[in-house]
Amino acid sequence: MSKQTLIPVGPYHPLQEEPELFKLYCDGEIVKDVKWETGYNHRGIEKLAEKKSYDEVFFLVERICGICSTSHPFAFANSVEEIVGVEIPDRAKYIRSIIGELERLHSHLLWVGLAGHFLGYNTVFMWAWKYREPVLDLFEMITGNRNSYAMFKVGGVRRDIENQKIPAIEEVLSLVKKKTDMLVGAVMDDPVIHARTKGVGILTKQDILDFAAVGPTARASGVDIDVRRDDPYAAYPLVNWKVITAEAGDVFAKAQVRLLEMYESISIIDQCLVGLKKEKEGETEVKIKHIPEGYGTGHAEAPRGEVYHFVVSDGSNSPARHKIRAPSYTNIATFKKSCVGQTISDATISLAAVDPCYCCTERLAVALDRTSGRRIMNAKEIIEHSAELTNKLLQHE
Amino acid sequence: MFHFGGASCNNCDIEILDCLTPRYDVERFGMLLVGSIRHADVLLVNGSINKKDKPRLLEIYEQAPKPVLVVAIGACGCTGGIFAEGDTFAGPVDKIIPVDAYIPGCPPKPEAILAGVVKLIGKN
Amino acid sequence: MVLEELKKTFSKEILDSESRNERRVTLYIDPAALVPMSEHLFKELGFRFIIASALHTKRGFEIYYHFSYDPSGLILNLHVTLDQAKPEIESLSNMFEATNWIEREMHELFGINFLNHPNLEQLLSEGNWALGEYPYRKTFKSNGEVQA
Repeated sequence: MSKQTLIPVGPYHPLQEEPELFKLYCDGEIVKDVKWETGYNHRGIEKLAEKKSYDEVFFLVERICGICSTSHPFAFANSVEEIVGVEIPDRAKYIRSIIGELERLHSHLLWVGLAGHFLGYNTVFMWAWKYREPVLDLFEMITGNRNSYAMFKVGGVRRDIENQKIPAIEEVLSLVKKKTDMLVGAVMDDPVIHARTKGVGILTKQDILDFAAVGPTARASGVDIDVRRDDPYAAYPLVNWKVITAEAGDVFAKAQVRLLEMYESISIIDQCLVGLKKEKEGETEVKIKHIPEGYGTGHAEAPRGEVYHFVVSDGSNSPARHKIRAPSYTNIATFKKSCVGQTISDATISLAAVDPCYCCTERLAVALDRTSGRRIMNAKEIIEHSAELTNKLLQHE
Repeated sequence: MFHFGGASCNNCDIEILDCLTPRYDVERFGMLLVGSIRHADVLLVNGSINKKDKPRLLEIYEQAPKPVLVVAIGACGCTGGIFAEGDTFAGPVDKIIPVDAYIPGCPPKPEAILAGVVKLIGKN
Repeated sequence: MVLEELKKTFSKEILDSESRNERRVTLYIDPAALVPMSEHLFKELGFRFIIASALHTKRGFEIYYHFSYDPSGLILNLHVTLDQAKPEIESLSNMFEATNWIEREMHELFGINFLNHPNLEQLLSEGNWALGEYPYRKTFKSNGEVQA
């Protein structure tokens, strides 16, 4: 086998906000193998959850990830409400779906911007993030914070969306719709973006099934799954919308799915607002006194895919076991298929295409010092010493 | 400015990145995000630093050309936030490297981040 | 229908079953049946693997393997209980990639051995805790209570 050079991407790389180490084993410009090293993001959340009361866990899980900050409380609420066996009022269902879809909008805009940035297309980055701001302003108006909204509680929602706020929401939505039209035009019709993303990072349908990937990553390869339709929850069965899929499985298809999903999200929110106006203001929760013994499964469709929470209750005020599976856990593993055989520059956009959220992926923890002596170089040193350093790195024979 | 994200939830990272975007536009203050610590005057640190990040944070601080100003961002950067009770927690930032400014918030709004950094640079 | 067919095909291996409603079913199975049943679910019936949750109780090491049948919204859990002293079970990672990481994670946290796993190396623990330490294991007092 020919010698391969190791190019680390990360852990503290300017391309990624989160620390992750991807070791690309390259032969010339082509990536032959990829190894993923993690552990930089461990915070011990599953264990911390066992020390907190059910109500406090909501604040903990929404900080698993800032971008999918609603999806984790959504899934957790679904699982605890399953243990209790309760149905929440319709107004709460509409509010939950509105917050969930607003989050999808801001997350997809964020991704479009970052994808543009990785391709070197900074204009897309600036414009996508500029039009993300009105959505964050909406969050601030409704919940008090631009991120980490603390809207969920067992049995309903913490705050109401008063009917007087609805016109402001509708105004922002029509602005976002216009700007999505613009972004779709800019991205879908641009020949440079076509050249950089079509045929790049392909995942076939069989790959998706093998890795059990979810979300837009799966839907872009023709796998028609979406928790909101398959196992409906909150207000999704009460409104009309469709699941977007594509067939090609490349980065372009993933971008297409995400952009078109934004239109569906806007439509869902509009319908939920209509539904909200019909419900009585103030009926936002059903009071729950006690969580009985048992276990519950809750899943929700986050912007990245299915987020799954499994809660075991022993009748006390804290969960006995809280298992969290974020969509990125299965999606990131697909890089083994999508990056191998590509050039290094294509590998970075393929990695970004699954919209990885590393803070969702690692949450577990505990003590003690490292025992292995092996030192991992970081990308910063590569920039400085380039050729000299690449020779010193591990050579894969 | 060089950005080091420790074990965080990403909210602060996104708000820092938001400072580059048209509404907040940090470049008009003469600030730029760089790819290498050796080109930076300011080190932005956020996240609750875990045992794996700690040696790397120290390394980055050592490699920074002095003088360098360190800014701890967010509740996690300042005190460890909600993750301080976790078992892999090895921070907060000021237990590992000296910090010149703290910007609290969960996450702090971009206005707060800009105000904090501008104030720090004005003082120095 | 899918469930009835499953129960008939594997009637010997299913020790017990429990269902909250027709969309949430748990089958308690013999660990030796895990691979044939999972293969049947994945290859013949088109189930999708979601994740596996391990927990350490006084009964031993319990693992729930969560599968989803998306066309009907069914979540099926296969539950196994492994020996307290020597927890081990056959790996599913030779059948598909989906379980590769979670089996490594359960190994690091609980010390469960996944036999014939293609690469049971460290996933998360390096730098965070030492080899041989299993942070999510609990210690039980002689009466079965958890020792804090």
